[in-house]
Order: sequence, then structure tokens, then C-alpha cells
Amino acid sequence: MLAKRIIPCLDVKDGRVVKGINFVNLKDAGDPAENARIYDKEQADELVFLDITASSDKRKIMVDVVKRVAEQIFIPFTVGGGIRTNDDIRELLNSGADKVSINTSAVKNPDLINKSSEMFGSQCIVVAIDAKRIDNNKWKVYINGGRTPTELDAVKWAKECEQRGAGEILLTSMDCDGTKLGYDIELTRKISDSVGIPVIASGGAGKLEHLYEAIVKGNADAVLVASLFHYKEYTVRQAKEYLMERNISVRI
Amino acid sequence: MIIIINYGMGNLRNVEKALASMNQQVKISDNIDDIKNSDAIILPGVGSFKSAMDNLRKLNLVDTIVSEIKSKKPFLGICLGMQVLFEKSEEGNTSGLGILKGKVKRFKHSLKVPHMGWNTVRKKSRNNLFEDIPDESFFYFVHSYYVGPLDKSIIVGETEYGIKFASAIAGDNIYGVQFHPEKSQSVGLKLINNFIYACKKNNTMS
Repeated sequence: MLAKRIIPCLDVKDGRVVKGINFVNLKDAGDPAENARIYDKEQADELVFLDITASSDKRKIMVDVVKRVAEQIFIPFTVGGGIRTNDDIRELLNSGADKVSINTSAVKNPDLINKSSEMFGSQCIVVAIDAKRIDNNKWKVYINGGRTPTELDAVKWAKECEQRGAGEILLTSMDCDGTKLGYDIELTRKISDSVGIPVIASGGAGKLEHLYEAIVKGNADAVLVASLFHYKEYTVRQAKEYLMERNISVRI
Repeated sequence: MIIIINYGMGNLRNVEKALASMNQQVKISDNIDDIKNSDAIILPGVGSFKSAMDNLRKLNLVDTIVSEIKSKKPFLGICLGMQVLFEKSEEGNTSGLGILKGKVKRFKHSLKVPHMGWNTVRKKSRNNLFEDIPDESFFYFVHSYYVGPLDKSIIVGETEYGIKFASAIAGDNIYGVQFHPEKSQSVGLKLINNFIYACKKNNTMS
């Protein structure tokens, strides 16, 4: 049976892992490759690296990070942040990434989804959607790291991404992100049930029960977890055991 | 020396790294002489069936691969690299290498496609590819199409995703897996190691 995936997410700035709350008070949390090695050992199902380095001229640093991470692990990993062209994608894939996550550039230039999935295959094109609730059962898409609102409806946009060739949706609730009060279950459910590709729920995990809710009530195929693991509140193993005890298929 | 065939279909470094971790001599190449002089061939690949076949033709590799396999050289196809062994794919209605009889089909159920993530493989018959790998071990999958071999006896591993499909095949010198052993942690490395061991038993490799 296909297992639900538990995916630790690491923010990378200037080639180092950073931790903070809502992008402030960033603290150095070590070397990305070392962090990756630990999560691989803990049997994380995949890893996601988000490059939050502001300027694109530092892309070379991220490419080096990807190469070093790839040497350390034997699980799939996704890299996101500042990807604009097929050349950017090729460089990251050639450096050892298995998938790339595109967000702002997918909204500004939706053809990038078509072109990249035709070139590299849908399986490695993840579209990340940052969604903010505007009304009952209505969410708007934001870009530029959540700073800029768009006119796009999150559910419609998710469907369009699928039609254009995305292989997976990484769905972050801006309302829940950082609150530790749980994922946006309604949003996750709505989008997961609207598309035929896997959806990774993100934003809001504060306890293990939240992972369970995202999977069972939100119908998520995978859950992204950041601070819960970073601060060693729980290990990946503990999360999987918790879910397994509740009859969810996980890889242990 | 094991050759990983480079035909522009995805990340070859991961497979190379897995072999290197076993101190296995390995080279990524698209050179016909390299392929002919190798002890074993690995054909990885992700992406579309049509581009894979187009690229193999463009690089003039089709005849070489077919004749090397027919001359009993050990061969491991991974994901798309296994699918192209078959006669035809529903993906782009394209012909494959035709070494194995059968068709590559798309998942037609209501579950999410691609089939993405860790799923279990049930061993179907005793085969050295799965030596010392527990039954129902988890491997990493990412694919929208699966192979339907006419000769069911070559199926050595089966996986369930809406339907049961062949996730590993083996016949003579030919091995194929739908999952990615190079991304499947220790069980995946063990499977690759078993392939190397099979090559050695075949006396093709020191």
C-alpha cells in the first residue's frame, strides 16, 4: 500500500540552514548536507529545501548546496526558491535534485509549467501554492514569499497547474503557517479533492495530531513539517509511529 | 565496468553514486564502444517514453543496446529504462525496443497519478534480485505508466496501486524495476548490490 509521506522542510539562506518564526529572528541551524544526512537516517520519506536567499546572484551557492546534499542521501529531494527558467531547473537537476518547486514564476509565467514538465517530465515539477483565506471556502494565491496578493483563486489555480503538467502541489496555508495550531484542513481537502495529482499539506503543524488530521480529514498525500522536527520536539520516527498506531500506512 | 547509459533522461548521478558507494567501477556514457566493452549495462530514466526512444535513436544506441542484451550481457532497466524494453507504450503511442513482449499502460483508476511515494513490493517468485530483501519492503516510486508483460513468469515483484502491477521483472540476463532503487535507502542499495552480484556470477565481471 502506498505510504503517506512525511517530509521535513529546511529553509536555506546563503548556503546555511536557518530557523526562525515568520522569517524573522533567523538563526543559523547548521550545514544543509549535515541536516539532510540526519533526516535520511531518521527515515524521512523525502526532503524539501527552500532557498530563501533574496538575490538570484547567489544561485551558485544553492547549486553547491544541492550537490553536497545529493552526496549524502538516498531519498528524493526537492529544491525550491527563485527558479525562473528551464535552464535553472536543469542546473538543479543535474546537481542532484530530484524535483524542483516553482511558485512565483509559475504564476507570472504559467507556460513555465508546460515547458518544464514537457522537458523534464511532470514527476519533477512541483508547483508550490501559498494560499490565504479571504472568505468561507475561498482562498487567494499570494506570491513573492507571501508578500504580494494575486487575483488567482487557489482551487482554480491548482487545477490549472495540473492541466499544465505539474506532477504535484505543495500547498501552504499562509493563515496557519507558523501558528502551530494545525494545517488548514478545509483548504487541503478542497484542493486535494479537486486535482488528480498528489498534494503535500504545509503550514501549521504543532503536534502529531495535526499530521493525522491533514491526512485523514484533509486527504493530503504527504505532510510537510518544519519546526516540529527542527526543534526536536518530535523525531520523524515518532511521527510515523503515531500515525501507524492510528492505522495510517507509513514507511517504517 | 558498469555503464550507465546517458541519453538525457533524468538524473544519472544518483545511480552512479549508489554504485560508487559499493566500490563498483562505473562510467556514465553514451559511447557505443563503451557500451560494447562494458560488463553490464544500466539504463535509468525518468520523463516521457517518446522522448526516451527519440533520444536513444538520435544517439544511435538502439541497435547496440538490443544486440548487447541479446548477447546475454546483464542489463538493469530502472523506471522508464525498464519500460522501453517492451514493444509499445500508450504514452505517445510509441514503439519501444521490443525485447520483451507486452505493452506499457497508463493507470486508469481514480487514484492520484503519478503514483508517487513509497510503496511495498511483494515478491512473486524467488529471484536473486531480491535476495536478503524482506518481502513487502518499501521502495520509492514515481510513474504514471506501468508495464504489462505478456510472459507473466518474468514478474518477480508486484505492487498494488488501484490494481496490481509488475514492479520488478527478471528473465535471464534482463532485470527491470519500476521503482527507483537509487532513491530507496538501504533496501534499494541492497537490490543494486544483488544485481552486481548476479553480474559477477554470470562471469562477466571481476
